Amino acid sequence: MTPSDDRGAERRAGPKRPALARETLLAIIGALALVLCAWAIPWLKFVLTIALAKGIAVLGILLLLRAGQVSFGHSMFLAVGAYTVAFVAPGTPEVLLLLPLAALLAAALGLVIGLFVVRYRDIFFGMLNLALSMVIYSLLEKMYAVTHGTDGIRVAGLTFAGQRLEREVQEWAMFGIALTLAVGFGLLVRAYLGSPMGRALAGIKTRETRLEFMGLSARLVLLFAYVLSALMGGVGGALVAMTSRHVTPQLAYWTSSGELVFIAILGGAGSALGPFLGATAFELVRVYAAAAVADAWQMILGGVLLVVILFAPGGVWGILSSKLKGRGA
Amino acid sequence: MPSTIIEWFSDNGLLFGLALLDGLAYAALVFMVAVGLNLVFGVLRIVNVAHGSLFAIGAYTAASIGIFFASLGLPMWAGYVALVLSALLVGAVLGPLIEKLLLRRIYGHEDVLQLLVTFALFMILEDVQKLIWGVQPIMQDAPMKFLGTVDIPFGDDFIPFTAYQLFVLPGVAVATLAALAWFLRRTLTGRVIVAVTTDKEAATAMGIDAAKIMLLTFSFGAGLAALGGALASPTTSLVPGVGASTIVLSFAVVATAGLGQIEGAALTSLMIGLGRSIAVYFAPEFEVVVPYIIMVAVLLVRPQGLFGVLETRRV
Repeated sequence: MTPSDDRGAERRAGPKRPALARETLLAIIGALALVLCAWAIPWLKFVLTIALAKGIAVLGILLLLRAGQVSFGHSMFLAVGAYTVAFVAPGTPEVLLLLPLAALLAAALGLVIGLFVVRYRDIFFGMLNLALSMVIYSLLEKMYAVTHGTDGIRVAGLTFAGQRLEREVQEWAMFGIALTLAVGFGLLVRAYLGSPMGRALAGIKTRETRLEFMGLSARLVLLFAYVLSALMGGVGGALVAMTSRHVTPQLAYWTSSGELVFIAILGGAGSALGPFLGATAFELVRVYAAAAVADAWQMILGGVLLVVILFAPGGVWGILSSKLKGRGA
Repeated sequence: MPSTIIEWFSDNGLLFGLALLDGLAYAALVFMVAVGLNLVFGVLRIVNVAHGSLFAIGAYTAASIGIFFASLGLPMWAGYVALVLSALLVGAVLGPLIEKLLLRRIYGHEDVLQLLVTFALFMILEDVQKLIWGVQPIMQDAPMKFLGTVDIPFGDDFIPFTAYQLFVLPGVAVATLAALAWFLRRTLTGRVIVAVTTDKEAATAMGIDAAKIMLLTFSFGAGLAALGGALASPTTSLVPGVGASTIVLSFAVVATAGLGQIEGAALTSLMIGLGRSIAVYFAPEFEVVVPYIIMVAVLLVRPQGLFGVLETRRV
């Protein structure tokens, strides 16, 4: 059975118990492997934290992909989360307050933009998101007095539950928070996709008029997913800002949004684990490609993307799950 | 109220006139890219994210050929040959290469995957371009210098403006529009392209070789993008990133105009080009934002775009 057949079957009948158990097992192994890597190779901790943060944002892309919609502007929510941290941190450096605030603001923007964009489908949906993200990008770039333009803003020192931590401890703290949030949002998305609201997303993809005949509002279904995805984008952006300690308008540029969609496909849209597999693979390829050939890392990433789409459309998750199934797990 | 408007014009008239002229030249370039994107989407049903890269490569190739010609000691008008050569090269070599090696494999796949394939292509072409031409700005303005400037009477004053931007850019755009309209409506190949755009299955059933038409259309669209880039190259110095900013702008034009509309794309390019250049002169902070604000405003009122046709809902 090919990975795509597998996904189709799951969509029709809902994930079976063994499939869920396999997913949980893989998630536990993956989390342990991440901790082990971060412990064994200290400099990877930074890369992996960023990967987890982006993975959370890509979970949001995954929701929209279920509805067959691609947002080519989702990094605007990432930027909102990141700039929230950069603006508020000098006054309130508490991580445990900044994260919910970033999530809230991103969700609020998601609601405003969502009310508008859920009226559109396919290319118009994608392009409108792109256009709005470009508006946010240019505002961040041009309002130099507030945002320091392309120079960006350095994120002030942060506290964790009132404690100012040493550098090494703080890196571990960020990694821990990102991992915890990743697991939390992963479970949330899995529960949501299994719920009637989540199942209805697939209805938008296949034929949404049928959804409306059932008495469901396709726009409401999509809006709910959109706001949730904006919220996760905000959290991902806040984590990126807290980890890299520097924010620039580049976060909102359309190529960054493209990267998020890239990660979603690389990981595979079949499971809530996909985004994290994809983000880890993406960041690792990026780091090693940039180290090996500084001028052509983008080309290598593009090549990887082409190979995945042409030869492994189920992504990393598709490869893994078919391997596991082959062993009768 | 009218008196304040008149006052404003007497104060800012010259600047406004310059903005209009600039906007016209800019709109011509935007149209060249957007119309190719539109045509390719109509036939292939793929939103080509790498279309902007073809614009950039066209510009760089034209500049390189122009510099080569200049080093041979050819006269300045040879710069125009360089522009055309560049468009032909990209259209006849790079276009078919991309279509045959890459796009042909993904026809009929999910939209997301098609979009991402062209995004991957965009990433690859951006680096190829950096590897070939480096990151230092490249300037080759012989075609613009060759024609000199014209003094345009504006009220009591004159606006000096380059003849290249005043005549050549809008001229080529208008000629392209007219030629395309004639080609698509009056020639057999053109009407076959329209047929494939409207209903690919029915066209294939009538014996049309859709694969050939797709190859032809993509190469043609690539050539138009490259010609746009080549025409733009004398007016500005070329830096990396020009492809990325061009493509989002032409997306805005195509979405605002509605899909599959050539005259619509021309009018929208004009609207967005003028809007942007007025912003450049009077509210520079909002220069980049204006095209998208126009697009969002239009789509709020007409979800299918200014000239788009609504598709019937299927159950």
